[in-house]
Amino acid sequence: MALKGLDIFKLSPKKNCKECGSPTCMAFSMKVAQGAVSLDACPYFSEEAKAAMSEATAPPMKTIKVGTGDTEMTLGGETVLFRHEKTFVSKTRYAVDLCSSMDDALIDARLEELKHVDYDRIGERMYVEMIDVEYDPASGQDKYVELVKKADGHGRVLILDCQDVEVAKAALEICKASKPILNGANPSNYEEMSKIATEAGVALGVRGANEDELYDTLAALEKLGNKNLLFNACEGTAKAAFATAVQFRKAAIKDSNRTCGYPSIVNVSKIAKGDWHLQAALLSLFTVKYGSIVIAEHIGYAEALPLYGLRQNVFTDPQKPMKVAPGVYPINGGDENSICLTTVDFALTYFVVSGELERSGVPCNLIINDAGGLSVLTSWAAGKFSSTSIANFFKEQDIEGKIKCRKLCIPGKVAVLKGELEAKMPGWEIIVAPREAVQLVKFLKDMQ
Amino acid sequence: MPFTAKSGKFSANINTLTMGTGDKAIVLGGENVLPFYTFDAEIENAPKVGIEITDGGLDAEPECVKKYYEGCSTVVDMAKKAATFEGVDFLSIHLEGGDPNGENKPTEELINIVKEVADAVDLPIVVCGCKNVEKDAEIFAKASEVLNGKNAVMLAAKEENYKNVGASAGLAYKQIVGAESADDINLAKQLNVLLTQLGVDAKSIVMNVGTAAAGYGYEYVVSTMDRIKAAALQQGDATLQMPIITPVASETWGVKESVATEDDMPEWGPTEERGIDMEVETAAADLASGSNAVILKHPVSVATISKMIKALI
Repeated sequence: MALKGLDIFKLSPKKNCKECGSPTCMAFSMKVAQGAVSLDACPYFSEEAKAAMSEATAPPMKTIKVGTGDTEMTLGGETVLFRHEKTFVSKTRYAVDLCSSMDDALIDARLEELKHVDYDRIGERMYVEMIDVEYDPASGQDKYVELVKKADGHGRVLILDCQDVEVAKAALEICKASKPILNGANPSNYEEMSKIATEAGVALGVRGANEDELYDTLAALEKLGNKNLLFNACEGTAKAAFATAVQFRKAAIKDSNRTCGYPSIVNVSKIAKGDWHLQAALLSLFTVKYGSIVIAEHIGYAEALPLYGLRQNVFTDPQKPMKVAPGVYPINGGDENSICLTTVDFALTYFVVSGELERSGVPCNLIINDAGGLSVLTSWAAGKFSSTSIANFFKEQDIEGKIKCRKLCIPGKVAVLKGELEAKMPGWEIIVAPREAVQLVKFLKDMQ
Repeated sequence: MPFTAKSGKFSANINTLTMGTGDKAIVLGGENVLPFYTFDAEIENAPKVGIEITDGGLDAEPECVKKYYEGCSTVVDMAKKAATFEGVDFLSIHLEGGDPNGENKPTEELINIVKEVADAVDLPIVVCGCKNVEKDAEIFAKASEVLNGKNAVMLAAKEENYKNVGASAGLAYKQIVGAESADDINLAKQLNVLLTQLGVDAKSIVMNVGTAAAGYGYEYVVSTMDRIKAAALQQGDATLQMPIITPVASETWGVKESVATEDDMPEWGPTEERGIDMEVETAAADLASGSNAVILKHPVSVATISKMIKALI
């Protein structure tokens, strides 16, 4: 049961010294209860008070960090089951899998292929962030270590899928500096695995044949003092994996069962081996439903384009909708003589409008204003998208210096701005475009 | 110590609704748990997969889909062929040619196609309008009449034309009334209330609460469905307990990721793979968020999603 602010306040020093950054002990106590700030920020809580509270005030799900430098990533740390309740915080990460039983040609091909997907989507780099390196006992330790060596150095975080303690130790020697995940603990080896993981300073992945075994192993590891953990959703079937991922997340967040409060690893390559389209569907399923890391056989542009878009959408903070950078976006080879259309920097507006413009095939320039990331009507109502703001933007960006065409279409929903814009931007012909993006194709084609 | 999870079973249910008639009739909804939460309670009626063809026939299909309909010269041929594909539970005939801003085909011509298709296949039928509210009111009225007794879905009534569509589809001819709103729980609820006040049976309504391709503001679809499910099951709000049917194909096959040729974007690879993956990933997310039925176009997408549903149920 989460501790209430009042209970924390009762144990607080009550000095109101402000050293923690909050104005009063009561304010600080409320923040700690919400999980917004750590109890450690106050230097004056007694040791007994801290011990009494630390369990109860810890967040429901641990935040696990893997990777280093550029590849460092955060997993877990979720506080809600549905994004509209607040926001999701750690986006799902995807991995392609390699196995020591694969021949060198296939391994090299896969490593080469995984570099293909690498592009920018609204200022975020989209690429395959992790590599799952599986140990097949039949192939032997040396082959595995060689594979780990090959995979390390590709700028991706490694997941060492190895349940043999000696082999895991050898593999870690190679790559521990890049902070991989040792995905090797199970009910029979967890003590030793935990030891080598802790020594190497890496996070430990845990397996169990079923949810009970998994839960018990996690609990046992916590008792040993290791909370730098992830768990594997029960493998084999989509149904079992889905059940584990959902039930553990729900147990952690809704029922305050912190032993379940760790990031999940879902291996859809094992669930749907050979069926890339089914793996694509499962990649999507577990992005929406509590998969922290999802491993698949293949992530090319076909899988990635919808998937990274979906992920970017789902992990957006509902209170901070995404926006695109203001500026000129030429479409269909638009140049300085092409017709201009202007609208707001709300990412959804940009995607929907630019999509329709592309479908029309007509060369044009989409000029995105800084409207605070709001939609057309919202920004207009807030005074952030007006004849003044547009005219100023055009001046600041020297649009007239960059573009010769003097035809400018404005969104149909702000048709009222036409007269004012004509007055503020002499020389420009202001055309009122349709109210809905879907009508843009016909609108542009009719104008030709 | 065994892992005991608290049950997430609700005391309220999503409405149970039958589409079509006879052997091939299908049942949507009825569950009292969140999508695919079979660990909380059994889900009797698995989500269903529909396949979409249009009044435009073979020429209107994406290039990569045409080969699956080889030899089909009419829409009726296509309908018969579509009924044989793996995983198909129902057929959706999308009358996009009726759009007054597009081909503006006369209602009579479109209704003839609908009648011929319905006579040729015994699958449950969804009649998908052209998005123009006046034309659709006409289309759904005539379609409801010619499909009398077929228990078909009219997809869908909107705020602007619900009186006409509700009266013809729901009252006069006892078809299933689709209720469409755009990612807004309040508008979804309002439309259902208006339809039921008109006299349409709440148990004969399916909702299209909004749809988007993955990456195109999809978060609004997720959150709308999440909130509708919470209202329906947790709060027992009967005005939101209608099953959800989500058109996917009409959203996904027009976006850049599905349309761009390999010549335009060589690094993106074959168009067909992109079209299928955009469709299946969107559909999977829709089903995870709350859709009781999804409408797809590519036969491989239909087979894949059907497989996924069977694996999860």
